[in-house]
Amino acid sequence: MRKFHELYGPDDESTTRMIVVDGLTKKYGDKVAVDDLSFIVQPGIVTGFLGPNGAGKSTTMRVIVGLDAATKGSATVNGKKYADHFAPMCEVGALLEAKAVHTGRTAQNHLRVLAATTGVSAKRVDDVLELVGISDVAKKRAGGFSLGMGQRLGIASALLGDPATVILDEPVNGLDPEGILWVRELLKQLAHEGRTVFVSSHLMSEMALTADHLIVVGRGKLIADMSVADFISKASSDVVLVRTPDPVRLMEIVSHAESVSAIHQPDGRIAFSGVTSEVIGDLALANNIAVHELTPKQASLEEAFMDLTRDSVEYHATTGVTP
Amino acid sequence: MTAVVTAPSAQSTEPDKRRVTQSRVIKSEFLKASTLRSTYIVLALAIAAMAGIGIIICWTTAMEWSHMRDRHRLHFNPLNDSLGGFELAQLAIGVLGILLVGGEYSTGMIRASLSAVPKRLPMLWGKLVVFVTITLVTMIPSVLIAFFVSQKTLENTPIPIHVSWSTPTVPRIVIGTALYLTVIAAFSIGLATILRSIAGAIATLVGVIIVLPAIASALPQTWGDRINKFLPSNAGQAIMSIQSDTQQMTPWRGLGLFALYAVGVIAIGAVMLRRRDA
Repeated sequence: MRKFHELYGPDDESTTRMIVVDGLTKKYGDKVAVDDLSFIVQPGIVTGFLGPNGAGKSTTMRVIVGLDAATKGSATVNGKKYADHFAPMCEVGALLEAKAVHTGRTAQNHLRVLAATTGVSAKRVDDVLELVGISDVAKKRAGGFSLGMGQRLGIASALLGDPATVILDEPVNGLDPEGILWVRELLKQLAHEGRTVFVSSHLMSEMALTADHLIVVGRGKLIADMSVADFISKASSDVVLVRTPDPVRLMEIVSHAESVSAIHQPDGRIAFSGVTSEVIGDLALANNIAVHELTPKQASLEEAFMDLTRDSVEYHATTGVTP
Repeated sequence: MTAVVTAPSAQSTEPDKRRVTQSRVIKSEFLKASTLRSTYIVLALAIAAMAGIGIIICWTTAMEWSHMRDRHRLHFNPLNDSLGGFELAQLAIGVLGILLVGGEYSTGMIRASLSAVPKRLPMLWGKLVVFVTITLVTMIPSVLIAFFVSQKTLENTPIPIHVSWSTPTVPRIVIGTALYLTVIAAFSIGLATILRSIAGAIATLVGVIIVLPAIASALPQTWGDRINKFLPSNAGQAIMSIQSDTQQMTPWRGLGLFALYAVGVIAIGAVMLRRRDA
């Protein structure tokens, strides 16, 4: 892995409005949560931080805002370590976990407590409550909030200091469809205003709709750092699903003719990849094999993502399918 | 659907205007304490215990004085018994200090707090300033009420048994009780910062200020005399003793040692707060 300073030099001026993670390693005891991770998050776009559960996304974000100390390497925001900023909340707004809130305090008082540390006015508190749509429960205790309301309160606290950089860990968790749509619009709006927007998710489909750029991690290591468009075209492979009474012969013939892979699906179909439906159809006809179904299928983003991260998933579920 | 309106960033032009300062953090910590129902409930309990229990003891004693046996009369101490509420008040104050710190860890609020104040120590100093102030401001009136009202109830016995404020050592003992409770306040903040758990910190506090002296008093005399008086709560309570003897430290030295214990606990807490992942 190339280090950031090898790519850009240590004192690049353009680091002033970015998140720069440089050779970051974080260990908890013997367990390596983040392993020599380097990437840059640019302003003006939404950058998705994608990876399966346990890939190190939350840990990386916690190190960025100084809650956890890096074992090795560094993470800086707008050119400095988070804790070295005079007014950190006004540089970086972070939603790290839903309900980092005292359950006995009202939403409004929660925000006022945070606002007081950096001289943000009570007016701004009411404004962000309005912005995230929880004004009507502002005087209710946060302990009674639903997951979705908790997320909105978390987003409100992230926006409180009007920061140039926004970091959100799984912001759509627990939100209803309307809330998810709202978060998407909000993230795009924030990026459009020129802010640096860094959002984690384990849902590829969500990121495809929201993000412009993707940073994909698995087991604490960088897997991909590319635009969403590149990711989709690179990662997806075409599959043709075939149903036939004579799968063994068809597989033999098609595999013989082309450099293809064929996998038995649990429903009895064969999934061919590396070959078009036309070729399969012609070969079947030439060899007198009946074909009951011939379905070309583009791999979904979700499948592409799983393909990419298959080796780095922490916990596999076995579904009992034998090929 | 809520419209997305975010004002363009203004803070970049005046970075100092939004600077996190110790006084702002103190203000935030005061807001934290004053926006929780538990603060009022536990503080009311501490005030009621400190001001009320001594009055009840003295009032019932005054009522029954004429029927009391001599040894009971002899056992009665109009000064210390009027301040007897401190036993319960110290637990209430200790629990409140633990709640102010431990409540942040148990709810997850700590991550929001430390994101707002990433240098961390200003938050600990803020909590100390706020809670020590709250304790002084509530406990000084409470001990004064306990003392003056109690003495008033004792004036009506056939032979007056009350003590007056102008008696030597009385102001030291009355105000000293409030100071002892203030050290408890600081001690509990430090303890909860180290342990980060409400239950663990309360158990430890009770262990240190109540159980430990009880165990130590069961030690053989020669050991006990050497150790007992230096235990935190025994040292601190020397400020409430009428006359010093060899079993106790002198009043101000004792309170000073207790304060030193509190400083030690806070120092350990401060180091751990800086070093640990939140």
